[in-house]
Amino acid sequence: MEIILEDIEKSYMVDGEPLPVLGGVSAAVGEGEFVSLIGPSGCGKSTLFNIICGLTGPDRGRVVLGGKTGARAGEVVSYMPQKDLLLPWRTVLDNVILAREVAGENRETARREARELMPLFGLAGFENSYPAELSGGMRQRAALMRAVLARRRVLLLDEPFGALDAITRTRMQQWLLEVWDKFRQAVFFVTHDIDEALILSDRVYVLTPRPARVCLHLEVGLPRPRRAETLTDPRFLALKRQIMRALLG
Amino acid sequence: MFRRNRNIAAPLLFLLSFIATWQAWVWWSGVPAWLLPAPGQVLAALWEMLPVLFRHTQSTVLAAVTGLLAAVLLALALAVLMDFSPWVRRGMYPLLVFSQTVPIIAIAPLLIIWFGYGILPKVVVVALVCFFPVAVSMVEGMEAADPGMVDLLRVMGFTRWQLIKLVRLPAALPSFFSGLKIAGTYAVMGAVIGEWLGATSGLGVYMTRATHAYQTDRVFAAIIIISLVSLLLFGLINLLARLSIPWYFKERSND
Ligand SMILES: Nc1ncnc2c1ncn2[C@@H]1O[C@H](COP(=O)(O)OP(=O)(O)OP(=O)(O)O)[C@@H](O)[C@H]1O
Ligand SMILES: [Mg+2]
Repeated sequence: MEIILEDIEKSYMVDGEPLPVLGGVSAAVGEGEFVSLIGPSGCGKSTLFNIICGLTGPDRGRVVLGGKTGARAGEVVSYMPQKDLLLPWRTVLDNVILAREVAGENRETARREARELMPLFGLAGFENSYPAELSGGMRQRAALMRAVLARRRVLLLDEPFGALDAITRTRMQQWLLEVWDKFRQAVFFVTHDIDEALILSDRVYVLTPRPARVCLHLEVGLPRPRRAETLTDPRFLALKRQIMRALLG
Repeated sequence: MFRRNRNIAAPLLFLLSFIATWQAWVWWSGVPAWLLPAPGQVLAALWEMLPVLFRHTQSTVLAAVTGLLAAVLLALALAVLMDFSPWVRRGMYPLLVFSQTVPIIAIAPLLIIWFGYGILPKVVVVALVCFFPVAVSMVEGMEAADPGMVDLLRVMGFTRWQLIKLVRLPAALPSFFSGLKIAGTYAVMGAVIGEWLGATSGLGVYMTRATHAYQTDRVFAAIIIISLVSLLLFGLINLLARLSIPWYFKERSND
């Protein structure tokens, strides 16, 4: 297992009152697996990701990364936050190789590899543009490319397509599956969108409103590659109904 | 280019009519030259004294630029130190604001006692004048860096020092340059004030001598040079900003 979360609890202090956000969440992500996390807005999905990354600690429970406790999160996971957070002062090319500079890797080597991958991420010709010159979809792809190029065993993607229109979003989903197929990293994926979760994932966790707990855990089991037709497959619709029932309580 | 011309045209028109009115007033009223010289006479003095003015300008500019650089380096060191230690930050920030309330004019004579009549006291005056705007803009710029960005890079495994280099300093540059522009216009003035209080060369020295001799046209000539030099410094800083933060100007032009 790449990520094991055991009974994670977390509260924030808001105006002097404790606000329980996570009420004992348990989940796991296996090697090369695509796992989604669905939950209502504000239930604590981003908080859970921050805990996995070590940006904040859980009040109770245990996080095991890469099979051992106490591993430094950044060596196992690569995080793509809800905002793209590209560095405005770096060109696209220098943004996507950022994680490579931690290890003191030669910049030119990393750049060469990134240049070859630009077409796959739909960014060919924009290597030397600044983030401000890109469209929303391109910025998301650049942020994702940065996460992928970090070459960690797990990608944590927090609503990567949340801000995109429906058509771009569908395209990006297909394309994400290609990228996943090529790099074979495990993916832990946060979304509000049931269709998106089912089209992409091997397994889906559904969370309750705050304080969040897992109220449904599904094995998707639809054959890959998944296409537009999958959206009308009776098995797909049955799964969707099950998730909706869980979400609406 | 067309818009630019129009932008220059309006202030130029006002300036020319101001100068024309001034010239006309001097002719018409017959006010003595030591009280108010006509613009034409100022220009003549400027032309005549150009070699001397040039020599004095050199030493003023040297003091101004050296002092400005010293202020920038000190501010950079302080900003980094404040980022590393919240304790230093809590202790220093109020002092920084307080230091601004000390009138530089009042301590300048002390500087001359301590550092003599050479270039050093002038540099210190300039550095003192410029330090505040530069330091505040740098510290606040570094604090305004997106915390999400800092977190993201921390997860990647960058050290504190690398975070400053990769995120905080670049994020501070736009704010830093606006502070530097203000400081740049103060710098030449600071050097001249330093020279008034005691020095052997510089535009301030030249002005003092001209004033004592009632050569008012030469005082005006020096004022013109001071304005031109300040303007030039401002332009240079602007150019430097354009070159070092091209991403910022692209961002703004997209809005
Ligand atoms: N640092 C913090 N301090 C106090 N409260 C916080 C903090 N971070 C998050 N919260 C609160 O915790 C709750 C969960 O936030 P979180 O961002 O994890 O939700 P989310 O599930 O990611 O929502 P969304 O789907 O809208 O992104 C929210 O009510 C939020 O106000
Ligand atoms: Mg969130």
